[in-house]
Amino acid sequence: MKRGLHCCAYRILGAQTRLLILVLLFIPARSIPQVAIRGEMVYTMSGAPIQDGVVLIQGAKIQRVGAASQVRIPSGYKVLTGKVVTPGLVDAHSVVGLAGMLNQPHDQMQLEKSDPLQPELRAIDAYNAREPLVEWLRTMGVTTLHTGHGPGALASGTTIVVKTLGNTVNEALIDSGMVAFTLGESVSQNFRSPATSAKAVALIRTEFLKAQDYVKRKGNKDPEKRPSPDLKMEMLARVLSGQAKVLFTAQKATDILSALRLAKEFGFKMVLDGAAEAQLVLDEIKKAQVPVILHPTMVRPSGETRNASFETASVLKKAGIPFAIQSGYEGYVPKTRHILFEAAVAAANGLAFEQALSAITIDAARILGVDRRVGSLEVGKDGDVVVFDGDPFEYTSRVCGVVINGQVVSETCR
Amino acid sequence: MSSRILKLFTLSLCILATAGAQEAPLVFEGALIYPVEGEPIPNGRLVVQNGKVLAIGATADVAVPPNAVVRNVQGKVIIPGLVDTHSHIGDGSGGDRSASMHPEVRILDAIDVRSKSFKKALAGGITTVNVMPGSRHLMSGQTAYLKIRQANTINDMLFCRDPLNDICGGMKMANGTNSIGEKPFPGTRAKSAALVRQLFLKAQEYQSKIAAAQGNPEKMPKRDLEMEALVQVLEGKRIVHHHTHRHDDILTVLRLAKEFGFRVVLHHVSEAWKVAKEIAVAGVGSSIIVLDAPGGKLEATDIRYENGAELEKAGALVAYHTDDGITDSRLFLRSAAFGVRAGMSRTKALEALTISGAKMLDLHDRVGSLKPGKDADFVILSGDPFSVYTHVEETWVEGRKMFDRSNPEDKKYAVGGYDVFRRDAHLDACEGGVE
Repeated sequence: MKRGLHCCAYRILGAQTRLLILVLLFIPARSIPQVAIRGEMVYTMSGAPIQDGVVLIQGAKIQRVGAASQVRIPSGYKVLTGKVVTPGLVDAHSVVGLAGMLNQPHDQMQLEKSDPLQPELRAIDAYNAREPLVEWLRTMGVTTLHTGHGPGALASGTTIVVKTLGNTVNEALIDSGMVAFTLGESVSQNFRSPATSAKAVALIRTEFLKAQDYVKRKGNKDPEKRPSPDLKMEMLARVLSGQAKVLFTAQKATDILSALRLAKEFGFKMVLDGAAEAQLVLDEIKKAQVPVILHPTMVRPSGETRNASFETASVLKKAGIPFAIQSGYEGYVPKTRHILFEAAVAAANGLAFEQALSAITIDAARILGVDRRVGSLEVGKDGDVVVFDGDPFEYTSRVCGVVINGQVVSETCR
Repeated sequence: MSSRILKLFTLSLCILATAGAQEAPLVFEGALIYPVEGEPIPNGRLVVQNGKVLAIGATADVAVPPNAVVRNVQGKVIIPGLVDTHSHIGDGSGGDRSASMHPEVRILDAIDVRSKSFKKALAGGITTVNVMPGSRHLMSGQTAYLKIRQANTINDMLFCRDPLNDICGGMKMANGTNSIGEKPFPGTRAKSAALVRQLFLKAQEYQSKIAAAQGNPEKMPKRDLEMEALVQVLEGKRIVHHHTHRHDDILTVLRLAKEFGFRVVLHHVSEAWKVAKEIAVAGVGSSIIVLDAPGGKLEATDIRYENGAELEKAGALVAYHTDDGITDSRLFLRSAAFGVRAGMSRTKALEALTISGAKMLDLHDRVGSLKPGKDADFVILSGDPFSVYTHVEETWVEGRKMFDRSNPEDKKYAVGGYDVFRRDAHLDACEGGVE
């Protein structure tokens, strides 16, 4: 009805006016966004921080980065200024977008409980790009999010890497993510079986053996003898071939060791997730050369994470194990955490400032395999930038500007 | 008398004698002291003795008493011991869901003083705490005001002297969705209010029977634990601590408090920013929480970091609480720092961790600020109270050092690690969504 009225109104206008409207509509659509961000301190995360630095963004990509004395801000650029400038923050593991703010059954899509092993469930089929928590994270400086099916099932499904911008999953998507596996108490709480750790490992081994057989049969010269397509087996085959990585959530030392043992037996590529008791098995993690996506620093010391420590991040750093800090999964309030706050507490407990910032920018991007696009301020990378009015980790500093793909998405201090 | 018993007898006499004697005064000097009631004192001197503050002021103004043990704490910051107005540490319990209201149930009968959660609170600088039963009842029981002293029994931690006759805490109430459920619980908000009103009417009747008896034991109504506790509430001696989130639920609490004339503190108050004026006009205190992000609970989706600033602007009394395990006692300072982030003044934010909370518990004569005669509860910080990089270095309770970060045995409670926190009931409960 409304649309019809607009059409009528449009027809009443003269031809010249119509042409002018068309031209006006056309100009902004064609102009390339140009943004300059100037900070008293710019942490590029690729080299030393720049005092009084400038980041120029043209279109969606970073065009230049350097000291203000060397990089002139061209006219026509929208200018943001602040005390501290960092790359857009990269949350290494979340369930936001599948898990919603309301915490009601209809907005909790991060865990399917019909079967403990369903790696074939795709995050793209469940990610809600318009979830209010995505918007909240965006305005608080998180520009890249690794999210998807959560911990709590042996294999809960896949994850994806998205930008916190875009109306659809396709607009937001930047990488296909991993396959989420879990060992631990959360699995036995969600399913009748496996009720024990040993049974859990046996079930995973059994499925991988089936997948190995499936791959073998698929290669049969006689098409008649090839297996019917099976989504679950296809996904496990991708894991076995190394096309898909496993995101293995394990908090307790015994479960971490089981995960490492499984990775060795079946030769899959793995990122260790959670790892509350990593301090007890540092040598083993290091030897296996697996990176760690560490639990939120402030995770509640209860249940499987009761042995968590504020100092684990700094211990991993000293041990030379690559790691990132995640916001994790929350079943109640707050429904999500914020990596900025989690990294801050790590920075107050033994991790150096820039190491903590790395854990939520470039190191997270590397572990997720998206560092060619995000995680640092370098020419050619995505124009994702955050502006702060002070030390980003200070409780009293605020996020005062957020740019994603060259678009200024927030200018209010929060 | 055998010689062994004689020895024991002599030994206990010695201990009694030492306890009765004047302890040597302890002096902490050189720190920036925030006494809270009064301006910050750069290069201050704090003198404590026998569990109390003896003197406080600039080093130029306060003399060092003879025999004093002097400690130089230059570069440090001293603040009063923190007051947490709402916590679930101590692994206690309250009502058992056999009814929607349990005014007779006391959490002090269920607190484990050996729970590591008390160590956790000390590591966060908390020295006074209101330990509450949960909120899945309209009235889940009597709360306990505790001082986190070295304790063998609950009596060692109580503020009150005699748990049989004194008032040792408040009354926990709740409205909104937490206390709604299948029978015997109310199914709606209006029914929730009606059940509470009916019970208070009954208590008023009981109260008038006591008044009519004029002290004559023959005419006194039969003893009733529920009614006795509620009469204390009606008399204003026992404060109601009321869990409430949504703006309309907040107004319902104010309406009921006005009808029955009880004293109330609003707790959580997620939508305080919507009705800050109404709260201020009612002259009611708000004990608020900071959640890192909105959501997780329908009633808390509209929570704002600005709650503290909005209440301050409206002129209402505001304190922070941990609601531990919802937020972590070790990081209690962080809550008020978030208040500052969202526009609260530093002064009010520090009061919100100390004296404002003490007022909400009727304990402001003893705790919440550093003044001569008040309890010697204080925290030595490595730096600014609102900086993430600041650590609680020492927590002192009534002149005794109860937490010392330089001691690895204590530090583990500040950072966690293997076997530090065993299964704590209060944390496991919060995972299940009790609060």
